[in-house]
Amino acid sequence: MATRAAGKRRPLLRVQNLKTHFFPDEGTVRAVDGASFEVCAGQTLGIVGESGCGKSVTARSILRIVEHPGEIVEGEIRYLHRTDGREVELDLAQISADGPEMRQIRGGEIAMIFQEPMTSFSPVHPIGSQIVEAIRLHSPLGKREARERAADLLRQVGISRAEARLNEYAYQLSGGLRQRAMIAMALSAEPRVLIADEPTTALDVTTQAQILDLLRQLQTDLGMAIILITHNLGVVAEMCDTVVVMYLGRVVEEGSVDAIFHNPKHPYTRLLLQSIPSLHSEARVPLPTISGAIPHPYNRPEGCPFHNRCPQFIPGTCDRHVPELQALDEEESDQLVSCFLYHEPTDERA
Amino acid sequence: MTVEGPSGHPLLEVKRLKSYFPIRKGFMRREVGAVRAVDDVSFHIDRGETLSLVGESGCGKTTTARCILRAIDPTDGQILFRPTEDKVFDVAQSTRRELRRLRRDMQMIFQDPFSSLNPRFTLLEIVGEPLLVNGMRSGRERQERVEELLRLVGMRPEYMRRFPHAFSGGQRQRIGIARALALNPRLVVADEPVSALDVSVQAQILNLLLDLQQKLGLTYLFVAHDLSVVKHLSDRVAVMYVGRLVEMTDRERLFNSPRHPYTEALLSSVPEPDPRRRSQRIVLEGEVANPAAPPSGCYFHPRCRYAQDVCRTDTPVWEEVTEGHWVACHRAKELELAGVRDRLPMNTAAGNSTNPATNATPAA
Ligand SMILES: Nc1ncnc2c1ncn2[C@@H]1O[C@H](COP(=O)(O)OP(=O)(O)O)[C@@H](O)[C@H]1O
Ligand SMILES: Nc1ncnc2c1ncn2[C@@H]1O[C@H](COP(=O)(O)OP(=O)(O)O)[C@@H](O)[C@H]1O
Ligand code: SF4
Ligand code: SF4
Ligand SMILES: [Mg+2]
Ligand SMILES: [Mg+2]
Repeated sequence: MATRAAGKRRPLLRVQNLKTHFFPDEGTVRAVDGASFEVCAGQTLGIVGESGCGKSVTARSILRIVEHPGEIVEGEIRYLHRTDGREVELDLAQISADGPEMRQIRGGEIAMIFQEPMTSFSPVHPIGSQIVEAIRLHSPLGKREARERAADLLRQVGISRAEARLNEYAYQLSGGLRQRAMIAMALSAEPRVLIADEPTTALDVTTQAQILDLLRQLQTDLGMAIILITHNLGVVAEMCDTVVVMYLGRVVEEGSVDAIFHNPKHPYTRLLLQSIPSLHSEARVPLPTISGAIPHPYNRPEGCPFHNRCPQFIPGTCDRHVPELQALDEEESDQLVSCFLYHEPTDERA
Repeated sequence: MTVEGPSGHPLLEVKRLKSYFPIRKGFMRREVGAVRAVDDVSFHIDRGETLSLVGESGCGKTTTARCILRAIDPTDGQILFRPTEDKVFDVAQSTRRELRRLRRDMQMIFQDPFSSLNPRFTLLEIVGEPLLVNGMRSGRERQERVEELLRLVGMRPEYMRRFPHAFSGGQRQRIGIARALALNPRLVVADEPVSALDVSVQAQILNLLLDLQQKLGLTYLFVAHDLSVVKHLSDRVAVMYVGRLVEMTDRERLFNSPRHPYTEALLSSVPEPDPRRRSQRIVLEGEVANPAAPPSGCYFHPRCRYAQDVCRTDTPVWEEVTEGHWVACHRAKELELAGVRDRLPMNTAAGNSTNPATNATPAA
């Protein structure tokens, strides 16, 4: 579906029409309902959207750690798995979540960091032993070497007195240091893809700037692909090469960071960008707003998920058909948009 | 000491406010030290204006706000409040009875619209409670006033019989605002009122706050850590670091020609929603100092790139360097600091992916 301009390098990870639903007793939550995007080595893809739009579930689907009662019900997660010096394309949606390949990939080739580092560290073990364990899970190093490597990793993420820090517990560290320690642990297996889920949301701006700097530096040094999940449009603009905008489980727009911020097409992207105050916008004047609120997951609108808030709503179309993510007709554009302002309905769903 | 507002005296004058929390240790709970959450803070707010208090978490913003409302008793200092031109109260010294009277004139809006509303009460009870407590006994009168208040904050009065759980975060924040406005306060203290809201809902609430201020002539003390939001809402801004004010002036000067190195770094670290404005940051090293054991001299000196010997030994004085521009820095008069308009472009050689021009057409 997401046809792109030819001649691009081969993406490391390509998600196609991913659908992950939850089936609690009360009904079905279509947490991710047709997400498509891709990311190349050395590039940063941003996934942006408001709370509940499916960012974290998308990340958890890629790592196959979606919890019960959730399930990947459709779609592909194509990943270039490295094994015996070769690259093999695997569909992570199809392989066993606890099989040997997925165990090798999860935390090895694809690592993840979270908003709250306390969830990644056990409170009863010093951070050093946990990083050592993570290293040994994906490499044949002995205990002593692994410990040296752990200290190196701490130094690499900018933690001073690394040896001493190895003996400390997560709760003894400040928010910024804890975030660095988690990044160190994620780097332990030299991942090719780093998924960062709201890595700076709990931090103050000055600490956020340190962590974003660090991620940028690590990417330059190690060439990782980064999937940066955030609701902060400033962080996206600052960090990303390409951007995916999500709303209620669907990708509504996708493109280069410059296109998304300077030539947004989807009404939701446009309104979202207009509604945030910035350091350069005029002060104390009314901001454009998006009417209403994000619908409850059990109360999803039919048709275009944004139609009950959209100022450009086309009656009879937007409430009856589901727009698909499609390329804009413009030449040379690799911008994709899912909106009937740009293409006709193709589905028969009503 | 004080600058007088356009209509005579300022509505609120905070003078040398201190709020310390004891640190207790051991079996006997002996006092072994103090967290200097607010340490000698002075500012004023004129009638009808918005003063924002910004700074990183733990710098003492909430404690300052709570002192002003006497939710906690300050350790020292004066909080002069003038509900009308000819009356002045020192909130720090007020008796219980005086406080009950004063609280009608000062109200608070909280960050978390989920935990600040009692889930077992209807909107009518939540918004009507301050009316009842202040003697509006007639149910019909209360109901009419609640209807009026709900309309004022953009909610349908028909929702009056519902419970808070039926509403989204943005609507709950509106309910909290309606309650705060029930008694026609003069000063509204809003502590991070949009921090917990979704981006698309933040704008609605910011618009509402501006609109209400205009309609009702409210005065705001706005506490926040998001500088873009602060810039949007404020007339003047005070920057706090480890319990102290480091800079205070009008919005334009603070954002465009800051005079304190901490303000400069803070402004520089805000990521902007525009990839064409990617810029070099002043990345502050290290961490915010511990208010229980602050460094000597200027509290900011371990992280300040302009620090000199005097900064390590002497506490800088809080002084008015130009009219209406207060700064606590030994070098305030000589330093040329960058504001938001002077950001340096990102060094494109430093990063592999930092040039938006190359992003538009990814390289093969
Ligand atoms: N374990 C779960 N059971 C039921 N619904 C869930 C579960 N986890 C997430 N969801 C739902 O999936 C949707 C997407 O959630 P999430 O991916 O966490 O959003 P985001 O990270 O974008 O804020 C939300 O509506 C959320 O309520
Ligand atoms: N009740 C309390 N007891 C002890 N310390 C407190 C208390 N309330 C706040 N503090 C401390 O005072 C400092 C300032 O806190 P606060 O005013 O909440 O900061 P901010 O609102 O700027 O994040 C912090 O170090 C905090 O830990
Ligand atoms: S499809 Fe229709 S309702 Fe949806 S965003 Fe486009 S115009 Fe608006
Ligand atoms: S007093 Fe010295 S250390 Fe403090 S902010 Fe000014 S220059 Fe920096
Ligand atoms: Mg999430
Ligand atoms: Mg606070």
